[in-house]
Amino acid sequence: MTSVATPDTRRTNAPGPKKGNALTAGIGHFFKARETSILIAIVVVVVVATTKNPSFVFSTDGWRDLLLTPSILVLVAVGQAMVIITRSVDLSVGSTLGLTAYLTGRLFIDVPGIPIIVVFVAGVAFGAFLGLINGALVAFAKVPALVITLGTLYAYRGINVLWAGSDRINASDLPKPFLALGTGSILSIPLLTILALIVLVIAAWYMRNTRGGREFYAIGSDPDAAKLYGLRVTRRILLAFVASGALAGLAGVLYAARYGTVNSQAGSGWELDAVGAAVIGGVAIFGGSGTVWGAALGAVLLLTINRALPIIGVPDFWQRAVVGVLIIGAIVLDRLLSLRQSRKLLEARDDTDV
Amino acid sequence: MTTPIDTAEPTGPAALELRDVGKAFGAVVALKSATLTVRMNSIHALVGENGAGKSTLVKIVAGLYQRDSGEFRLRGEDVDFRSTAESKAAGIAVIYQEPTLFPDLSVTENIFMGRQPTNRFGRIDRKAMRSEAQGLFERLGVRIDPDRPAEGLSIADQQIIEIAKAISLDARVLIMDEPTAALSGVEVDRLFAVARSLRDEGRALVFISHRFEEVFALCDMITVMRDGSYISTDAISDTSVDEIVRRMVGRDVTDLFPKQETTVGDTLLEVRDLNSAGIFSDISFEVKAGEIVGLAGLVGAGRSEVARAVFGVDGYDSGSVTLKGKAIPKKNPTAAMARGIALVPEDRRKQGLVLDSSVSHNTTMAIRTKLAKMGLITNGAENQAAKVWASRLEVKTASLDTPVGTLSGGNQQKVVLGKWLATHPDILIIDEPTRGIDVGTKSEVHRLLSQLAGEGMGILMISSELPEVLGMADRVLVMREGRITAHLDRSVADAESVMFAATHAEELQP
Repeated sequence: MTSVATPDTRRTNAPGPKKGNALTAGIGHFFKARETSILIAIVVVVVVATTKNPSFVFSTDGWRDLLLTPSILVLVAVGQAMVIITRSVDLSVGSTLGLTAYLTGRLFIDVPGIPIIVVFVAGVAFGAFLGLINGALVAFAKVPALVITLGTLYAYRGINVLWAGSDRINASDLPKPFLALGTGSILSIPLLTILALIVLVIAAWYMRNTRGGREFYAIGSDPDAAKLYGLRVTRRILLAFVASGALAGLAGVLYAARYGTVNSQAGSGWELDAVGAAVIGGVAIFGGSGTVWGAALGAVLLLTINRALPIIGVPDFWQRAVVGVLIIGAIVLDRLLSLRQSRKLLEARDDTDV
Repeated sequence: MTTPIDTAEPTGPAALELRDVGKAFGAVVALKSATLTVRMNSIHALVGENGAGKSTLVKIVAGLYQRDSGEFRLRGEDVDFRSTAESKAAGIAVIYQEPTLFPDLSVTENIFMGRQPTNRFGRIDRKAMRSEAQGLFERLGVRIDPDRPAEGLSIADQQIIEIAKAISLDARVLIMDEPTAALSGVEVDRLFAVARSLRDEGRALVFISHRFEEVFALCDMITVMRDGSYISTDAISDTSVDEIVRRMVGRDVTDLFPKQETTVGDTLLEVRDLNSAGIFSDISFEVKAGEIVGLAGLVGAGRSEVARAVFGVDGYDSGSVTLKGKAIPKKNPTAAMARGIALVPEDRRKQGLVLDSSVSHNTTMAIRTKLAKMGLITNGAENQAAKVWASRLEVKTASLDTPVGTLSGGNQQKVVLGKWLATHPDILIIDEPTRGIDVGTKSEVHRLLSQLAGEGMGILMISSELPEVLGMADRVLVMREGRITAHLDRSVADAESVMFAATHAEELQP
């Protein structure tokens, strides 16, 4: 990957590496990638929990929960990662999720016989609209996203409380086929997990392989440079927030399908889990690097640990502390790695600049 | 003065032509009538003092600013850029002194960001992109790994990336704003080789530099600007360094700056062999009581850095600073203040004032411990102390409780001065004392400095304004690239000798 700086190796690498090289480079890259270490951590957690209690994996419920529990957070974390990569943050996703979850329930109650697909579209569109408000405030008012979305976190939640009051949506209010979406599975893989995977693959492809996706990284890496490059910074930032809002909206609809009950506090605190997942997954909090894969794996790790700790016998009180340690550990690790990286790059440069 | 270039070059429209371009920012006129005509197949030098308007002109060409008046043509066609994207699309590339790249992204992505080659599904063709980058580097004769991140690249390599980008965009006009300022000798040679090959391909290059050796080695034509106006354009072969320097300075130094004659006393501040790796080296000078020492040089010569090191804001590697024979500890501004050194920084809004706080609060900021009685400061004591300085400096303010941020620039500067004078320093280091303030207040500040020197204070005045330095200073030190290149007495210091020392490598000793 990064420069062994002797001219000779560069020469041989130049026109296109040989196949063997590409394979070893690919494997090397795989083991160095942040995503891999998260994956390993997940496996370790699952193995430890399973040895304590085999039903953690080897039971219908265990297997289903393992895949189903993180699925909704994965969606939110993917949107969050896109926003963080552009050097912003979206703290309103929990409130957006809550509001769309309640909207979903109201639609089924107030519009009897409404097709499920229409509800999905409405939820996503409404989430995107809430995201658009965030994005417009950040992009045009030039106020830091942290402040704007902290404000909309409260504002959206306030609207939710105003609308729902003490009312709540119950499973009995929702159509059976809709609820089946939340718990059903194909080939013992939950539908929600499949949906999350599809979204993840599309987002990851977009972020890696398209001009638009790469511009997210460029903007997060150096916003001033992005302007000098003539990139459409405002539009990209807007788009990131719309994507985050839309995914939170989708997550809201799925939340209703999965849990059946929705009150005015649904989804509160999710914004922190989403940011945590992204950070654990190696998305740099100041933007410019990381992947949506990482954020998704971070979400899986976060929620799997949450479920595994009681089984391993860690008291309730410590569970949140463990999550905290995980987040801080991830950030410290990032810092150390990036220091090592820049030292390496500097050394490489001194070698060549003679 | 030389005739305009139209007669000199026979054929075709110029690659880039600006005529009588004006640009003002509020009341500040950055460009009065700038004219620049650059032919294809040439490297054109643009020179002028700090503040001559070169950067503003470049930014107009780059599409960052829009001109207020004048003509702007590219290959004979009128153009009007509203954004950097438009300028870029028209074939203009600007390479700044410190390029702005995306540190997290690969070198290849940095070159092609926003216009990566894609297949019909919109997927970026990384292979094609990489080999194109490779091709560009080969053509430029440099070895840079196209896959490495831009983070950690030397400035020289970053500039090469920018040039590679410009070539891949097929830019017809390349503007390089002081590209050699941070480069080593080898890197400069490499850059020049690249520049010449670009010229020979038929492109036009504009080279902005303060280093005349390089200008004369590289360029074909040279345009001089002064005070936002066009002065002259010549073929390099028809002119000389002395001639160019004379035109850059040009104006008469008026006697606007009345430094009173004072009796110079004992040595107060003595700086010996101060070194800081990569920033400045072998800095030695002294400041005596009653003396104003001017520290001249171009922006980036290391003057402010020396001041910060002497005062202790920054550290240094070796050397010593003594005040009245007693050593001033390294990197300890509190101690420097206690021993009698005061530093009025260049950027007063950021470093010198708390803008939301009152005039009296700001004025007494540096003497708060002295004002305090048993740890408490009363408003009365604060106002009393502030009143002394506010009236002495004639600060124009509605009241002492007015927030400093609402005062004019000149009055803000007076408050900063008051803040430090309240500490009764022996040595006052003042960085660009009159930057951005109006002429009236300027002469008040000068009168005050002169008066303070008369009272026995030693003053080290950093200034980029030649008339100010020449009018006010008893002695002038000139810095260039981190070194003191000249030590001039008031009697021998003139615009030419200071400018020469600021731009030339050779040491000048009177």
